[in-house]
Amino acid sequence: MAIRSFAGRPTRREFLKATGSVSAVALTIGFEWLGPARRAAAASANAALFAPNAFLRIGADGGVTIISKHLEMGQGSYTGVATVLAEELDADWAKVRVESAPANVKLYANSAFGMQGTGGSSAMANSWTQLREAGAKGRAMLLAAASKDWKVPVTELTADKGVVYHAGSKRQASYGSLAGKAAALPVPDKVTLKDPKDFKLIGRQAPRVDVPAKVDGTAQFTLDVALPGMLVALLKRPPLFGATVKSFDASAASAVPGVVKVVQVPHGVAVVAKGFWAASQGRNALIVEWDDANAEKRGSSEMMDEYRRLAGQPAVSARKVGDAAPAIKNAAHTVSASYEFPYLAHAPMEPLDAVVKLTAGSCEIWAGDQFQTVDQGNAAKAAGLDPQQVTINTLYAGGSFGRRANVWSDYIVEAVSIAKASGADGTPIKLQWTREDDLHGGLYRPMYFHKLEAGLNEKKELVGWRHVIVGQSIMAGGPFEAVLVKNGIDGTSVEGAANIAYEIPNIDVELSTTKSPVPVLWWRVVGSSHTTFAVEAFIDEVAYAAGKDPFTFRRDLLEKEPRMKAVLELAADKAGWSSGPLPKGKGRGIAVSEAFKTFVAQVAEVTVDDAGQVTVDRVVCAVDCGIPINPDVIAAQMEGGIGFGLGAALYGAITLKGGRVEQDNFNGYRVLRINEMPKVEVHIVPSAEAPTGVGEPGVAPIGPAVANAIFAATGKRVHLLPFQKPSKA
Amino acid sequence: MSTTFMLNGVSTTLDADPAMPLLWAIREVAGLHGTKFGCGMALCGACTVHVEGAAVRSCVMPLGGVAGKQVTTIEGLQSKPAKAVQAAWIQLQVPQCGYCQSGQVMSATALLEKIPAPTDADIDGAMSGNICRCATYSRIRAAIHAAAQSIKA
Repeated sequence: MAIRSFAGRPTRREFLKATGSVSAVALTIGFEWLGPARRAAAASANAALFAPNAFLRIGADGGVTIISKHLEMGQGSYTGVATVLAEELDADWAKVRVESAPANVKLYANSAFGMQGTGGSSAMANSWTQLREAGAKGRAMLLAAASKDWKVPVTELTADKGVVYHAGSKRQASYGSLAGKAAALPVPDKVTLKDPKDFKLIGRQAPRVDVPAKVDGTAQFTLDVALPGMLVALLKRPPLFGATVKSFDASAASAVPGVVKVVQVPHGVAVVAKGFWAASQGRNALIVEWDDANAEKRGSSEMMDEYRRLAGQPAVSARKVGDAAPAIKNAAHTVSASYEFPYLAHAPMEPLDAVVKLTAGSCEIWAGDQFQTVDQGNAAKAAGLDPQQVTINTLYAGGSFGRRANVWSDYIVEAVSIAKASGADGTPIKLQWTREDDLHGGLYRPMYFHKLEAGLNEKKELVGWRHVIVGQSIMAGGPFEAVLVKNGIDGTSVEGAANIAYEIPNIDVELSTTKSPVPVLWWRVVGSSHTTFAVEAFIDEVAYAAGKDPFTFRRDLLEKEPRMKAVLELAADKAGWSSGPLPKGKGRGIAVSEAFKTFVAQVAEVTVDDAGQVTVDRVVCAVDCGIPINPDVIAAQMEGGIGFGLGAALYGAITLKGGRVEQDNFNGYRVLRINEMPKVEVHIVPSAEAPTGVGEPGVAPIGPAVANAIFAATGKRVHLLPFQKPSKA
Repeated sequence: MSTTFMLNGVSTTLDADPAMPLLWAIREVAGLHGTKFGCGMALCGACTVHVEGAAVRSCVMPLGGVAGKQVTTIEGLQSKPAKAVQAAWIQLQVPQCGYCQSGQVMSATALLEKIPAPTDADIDGAMSGNICRCATYSRIRAAIHAAAQSIKA
């Protein structure tokens, strides 16, 4: 199947070019870094290591350590990368452990980015061949060692669960016992990978490697880093986006017991103390006068008024097929609708935090780091060091949803700046954000306004589609802008809309990019977090206007998109779509999307009570992500993506009044809770295609599926997100 | 100023401001890191511990408030319901990012110690104060039911 393309979607080559400027700096690093954990491990009894490549080590005890270049932020990447490598290695899953890679772009670049980092649901796609080969080469060397030892042809050897067998002589040897001998052999250039029919781990339910430590409280997050003499810093940031420090009075803050220093940094004024409680009290006592001359002082409703106005003005074309305007003008029937999307915060459970130990010649960082190469470069710049003087220890991240991957490395740079302003004397400093800092801190999913029009001919066939998107660009103003914003189109603003999968003879998708000092960022599933809603809610309206069933109407327009059509049909089938209408007050809605080359369809069943209160009872989800590496992790990501997207659709909104964020904590910024979680069924399409990601795509269809179900239950369309009016703190 | 209380069954005296939230006293003074910081306002449940067996948000409980009381953190879980909850959490592969899970396990354990066979409504009542941004809620519910079954068996 051809990958649908549009003007704004960057190709891999273009992305590599864009990130090249960042990675070029890091490519000069060229050194092997051993973190404290690895230094300790190297010194331990397992020192007789077999390390055929940068991703694998086997100790004398047979323990297999797989080095992950991808951050584990909940999406199951550690388990996924380990499964792929362990499969070809024929490792014993019970003996597999995973540790994070150091920042080293030469060894650990994400091949989708050209630099080290995790995102875009790319971990499995870009690890698939690399880690299979890494495992297969390791296995080949272990077999070669046994072959040499036993003087038998390697073709007579087999391996299973970390043991090499020779059937003829009934000999066997564990990987641990062969590790030392294998290490002396050459690494093969080429290896034959397994036939998928021989997979023992891939496609099975291997338990996650990180679960036990996350159940007994021993998993190490950045919050848990405790170094001798470490201080804790809280940063007072401007209340308006774009404001700066005019002056400050630290006298009351300095008088708080435990406060060590009050320092100004480019982003605000930091209180550095002997612990969180002292830093918090100190920050409360700190008086800062702000210069808000260049700050955003509008409210989000005024901003949306501007967006609405812009949607009626000429914009930049992101996709043009035929000529939509006359097709719609001359159509027998026309349909139009607009949809409004608020700013959204990522609100990961672990508020942002980073530990920095800065000296005159070194900077060591501990963080749930998602963009190692970028963070290394930005930290170096903030510290006044070279990138090779910056080392990064990547810990488990307590969620991210995109927040920790940003080209400004905001929280890392803040922590480095505070350490520098505090004297760069080697005292470890932990910068801790609070939930309020998180919700007030920007880097939100942008607000958007979408306006759509469609035309149907006399036969009620869809002949024209016009889609105008208005909102801020995620890429603008960053290092990726020059290449990734092409001809005025930021691909992340229009993905999911410009590449609409439905076969329509006339398509016109346009973008009007707005500007504001409010910083914005990708948020789980990026552009499809709003475009899928607009497309899938509107196609439902069009189907209704055509007098067609919303499932069959979609299906008939997807004849040339077999994978998308297949998930749509599977979800409809498993949900009992054709079993007739639900009782009064209940409704069923469907939506389908493709994001990061993974296809997901969802059917939602809702109950709407007389007061208009919506309960989502059940969601049936079908997903095609190529070869399913770990079906249980895939199911978990669909379940979680549905809960995450549903919370946003029902309640999620960051709103501004006079430039100030109106939500302070989880009382104002509501997220989904357990009593609101629907029953979820996940069905995975069997596939032989190369695997694609699952961390994000499950988020996209849930909002429109629920909106369409609300229509089925009530006859009322949903055009404003969130469905419930945003709370004020 | 110091406060003396039973922390995970051991008499413990912490030399800290009695107004300091128990969360930070446990983490930064006692050095137990399993209990997490999520909101500071008892809105998310990541900091849940047991005080005299009841689930309490340690981010809003002053250290002075637990003087003479029994405090249990994730590190000190011993009871049969606690072990059943942790086993079910592994069995059903509940955690994703894992950051909220100490609090989830503490709330679920307190529920099962009070109600050995909870209904879905009981689970909603006991667990709706614990946010999971990864939305592992379906598995949390299933794991609580599974733990209840295993305790009965």
